[in-house]
Amino acid sequence: MAINWFKYSAPSTFYGLAGKLIPWFAWPAAVLFGIGFYIGFFVAPTDAVQSEAYRIIFIHVPVSILSMFIYLIMAGYAALGLIFKTRLSAMMASALAPTGALFAFISLWTGALWGKPMWGAWWVWDARLTSELILLFLYLGFIALQASIEDPRRADRASALLAIVGSVNVPIIYYSVQWWNTLHQGSSIKFSGTSMHVAMQQSMFIMLVACWLYAIAIALSRVRSIILERESNTQWLKELGEVRS
Amino acid sequence: MNRLSLIDLLLLVIRRDLLLAMRRRADVLTTLIFFVMVVSLFPLGVGPEADMLRKMAGGVLWVAALLASMLSLPRMFSADHLDGTLEQIMLAPQSLTVMVLGKIVAHWMLSGLPLVLIAPVLGLQFDMSPAAIWTLMLALLLGTPVLSMIGAVGAALTLGLRGGGVLVSLLVLPLTIPVLIFGAGAVEAVNSGIDAVSNLALLGAFLLFALVFTPFVAAQALRISME
Repeated sequence: MAINWFKYSAPSTFYGLAGKLIPWFAWPAAVLFGIGFYIGFFVAPTDAVQSEAYRIIFIHVPVSILSMFIYLIMAGYAALGLIFKTRLSAMMASALAPTGALFAFISLWTGALWGKPMWGAWWVWDARLTSELILLFLYLGFIALQASIEDPRRADRASALLAIVGSVNVPIIYYSVQWWNTLHQGSSIKFSGTSMHVAMQQSMFIMLVACWLYAIAIALSRVRSIILERESNTQWLKELGEVRS
Repeated sequence: MNRLSLIDLLLLVIRRDLLLAMRRRADVLTTLIFFVMVVSLFPLGVGPEADMLRKMAGGVLWVAALLASMLSLPRMFSADHLDGTLEQIMLAPQSLTVMVLGKIVAHWMLSGLPLVLIAPVLGLQFDMSPAAIWTLMLALLLGTPVLSMIGAVGAALTLGLRGGGVLVSLLVLPLTIPVLIFGAGAVEAVNSGIDAVSNLALLGAFLLFALVFTPFVAAQALRISME
């Protein structure tokens, strides 16, 4: 039996599949968020050096990891869309962008909240912070370019090219910023090499998986909205029961 | 023989763009005046102490150069787009990449090169040492073409859009951060007595890297914008 690998690369078939998949990602995400928060707040011990304030890492670290990871996934989808001219890939890229930007923003915000009691400053020009800020700028540029082009096909292809140029530039920016920081003053803050308590590791890992599942669920539901918007004048949508009313 | 070699084509595009710009000299001058003005605003904002100005000079001049080059970016393709020349250029059998490279070179000669040449005067205003001024000029000479090249991609992507001018800055500025870091870093190195050659070498590396890829990417972006 031949499998049609491209069946779900059409928005009309993927719309239904995404609808079926969303609960499978959303519910585990909700449950894991609950478990992760419980372990993080009640089971994990108080840190010897940072006391209670360290607990923000349970949200800070997962969103920081994912904010970078989502950019790569987004650029990957954008490249697929540009090369194979698949409409769905471009829609996925634009569905991922707001989540990535949100995670980058939360990462900066929680970082500031943590930095105030720990470093005594809301913001330091550390290489890590600076590159996260630039990543947020890159996301905003992608979203702004997409928003300002009215023709969706041009918007998809233009922002795809931008995402690819951005992803080539990300490592260059990252190492430049790191170098810049060490040239200026030498990083004054380093994460201590102390090993983490088991409960801390568990909570962080669970929260990472939860954020991951959340990102997938929200991207799928966003891509469904994008499909509805873009395909609003097609026949299959008019025949679809759930939107006919 | 009416087949153009690539070099002829490149020179032709550059000569044409320079000629057009010379017919409207005000555009070139505005960028330059903007650069001088932004740089002159800094001492007014932070105070006239020579020590502090000397320390800031590299960064201030670089940021001003970045902003000035953003200012002139929307013009790179828009005039040709409006009067239909760009469509004819794209229909021509010659390589679009080479033509884009020609436009980038012309753009740099009109917006980047004047900044390099005026920079020493502004450096003197900031009480920079002669060694620092030379390094600044060399860094600008290597770095401003990169700004024009990355900018060309942004200008091509935003061609004909409402509010394209602000948008292009939003897209391009984050991508130019490495140039800013090492350009200002070269001047900083001279000020603190270190050899600036590593910073300049990296700027040169960016220049070569951008020279290889950006004309092609900008040509693709033009195709996306024009279809």
